[in-house]
Amino acid sequence: MKYLLLKHYRGGPAPVVDFLPMDQWTPEEVDAHVKYMQDFGDRLQESGEFVDMQALLPDGAFVRSDDAGRPPVTDGPFAETKDLIAGYYVIDVESWDRAVEVAADLSAAPGPGGKPLHEWLEVRPLFSAAPADAG
Amino acid sequence: MNEGLLRELVPAVIGVLVRRGADFASAEDAVQEALIKALETWSADPPRDAKAWLISAAWRKFLDATRSETARRGREVVVDAQPDLGPVSGVDDTLRLYFLCAHPSLPPPAALALTLRAVGGLTTKQIATAHLVPEATMAQRISRAKRKIAGVPLDEPGDLATVLRVLYLVFNEGYSGDVDLAAEAIRLARQLVALSDEPEAAGLLALMLLHHARRASRTGDGGRLVPLAAQDRSRWDTALIAEGVAILQGALARDRLGEYQAQAAIAALHADAPTADETDWVQIVEWYDELLRITGSPIVRLNRAVAIGEADGPQAGLAALADVDSCLPRYNAVRAYLLERTGDLERAAELYAKAGRAASSVPERDHLTREAARVQQTLRSERGTHPA
Repeated sequence: MKYLLLKHYRGGPAPVVDFLPMDQWTPEEVDAHVKYMQDFGDRLQESGEFVDMQALLPDGAFVRSDDAGRPPVTDGPFAETKDLIAGYYVIDVESWDRAVEVAADLSAAPGPGGKPLHEWLEVRPLFSAAPADAG
Repeated sequence: MNEGLLRELVPAVIGVLVRRGADFASAEDAVQEALIKALETWSADPPRDAKAWLISAAWRKFLDATRSETARRGREVVVDAQPDLGPVSGVDDTLRLYFLCAHPSLPPPAALALTLRAVGGLTTKQIATAHLVPEATMAQRISRAKRKIAGVPLDEPGDLATVLRVLYLVFNEGYSGDVDLAAEAIRLARQLVALSDEPEAAGLLALMLLHHARRASRTGDGGRLVPLAAQDRSRWDTALIAEGVAILQGALARDRLGEYQAQAAIAALHADAPTADETDWVQIVEWYDELLRITGSPIVRLNRAVAIGEADGPQAGLAALADVDSCLPRYNAVRAYLLERTGDLERAAELYAKAGRAASSVPERDHLTREAARVQQTLRSERGTHPA
């Protein structure tokens, strides 16, 4: 079963740990966080559960088509109040429980003082390609 | 059978098929299929004459494809099944393939993919993996590129500048998947230098070698980006540097300067400095002046401001930065660096953080965020305060 783990810049539930932006941490704390994220990715590769990972720039906009012959309409850059995705993992795991476990592992990435950030991650199941019990 | 040796045969074999009457697109497909077959079977059962095997396997694939195509259309097979096997001029064939695959009508990603397959002898799967796209997507990109250049005769005079640009793009893709694209670009540039008399081709090869020589020192623990000044110079590959410098000197002696030679000259001056402090920044600024004259590129203007900052002090660097477009990527990072050197730590930290938020790659983002954190830490210790 495939799951999407979504990390939000903003728009999730209220944070449980109120931490400063990363540029206010010590360089060592930044390094420890970056290393944790890399090790997390490596563990997923080793366990055979990794599918995809992408980090998203904060830029971008909403886009829609307009009436024929008119250029597309854009709305953005994203207003400060809107939900904003920072990045995602796609994992292929055996159960919902395992997906939750993986998300919790990611959420435990360290912040200032080496303490876990406990960031909220949104976990969403992906539709499967084939109908269940197709055979 | 060494996979590298096998790959080197690919352009020549395509050339043989084209001279036997196959069109480029079909010949290239046939050789790709034969290549995949060779990769599957040769480790267990290597042929005595690799090239002859590849030619006959590819020719068979081509005939099969043509027959099924003509059968589908209900027409006769018109291809000569017993072609002559006259002497082969692989040199011209390969050079023509470089020009065709990097044809100016192709968008760069398509030219890059086609060059890697038809000249580099990589499989579609390898190219797809290196670019993190599905194999079917890459196959489609390559066949669309081939359709686009279907009307271009193989002996049309080519544009070397676009070939060099494509090879430099390949080089900068670096290393991902199981293919080292930087090493592949160097191999293709070496081959091009052997085929072409143009000093800029040699300039590009020198530039690649000089950059490649520093590769091991460019990343630290956990893939961390290490800037030039902080690199462990004992890890630079001196053999590659010596080769790059020799090739560059040969090119410069021809007295037809171009952008790749000028960039290689800058890389050579960095390579020549035993420590970062001993870098000959004055000469580097002179080369940036040349490079700016040749290219007029805003990115060159930005890098030149850094060099001026090193040669004449950070205030001079900031003055030079006044002529640079502030929307450029890395502008804020450069400004932060120069401001830090003037002692304006607060604005430096602010701009490093801003540059980190706008960085277009994760290693660059992490590096700039860390720089911001480092300057913030200095600020805090100067103020004698520590975070709670």
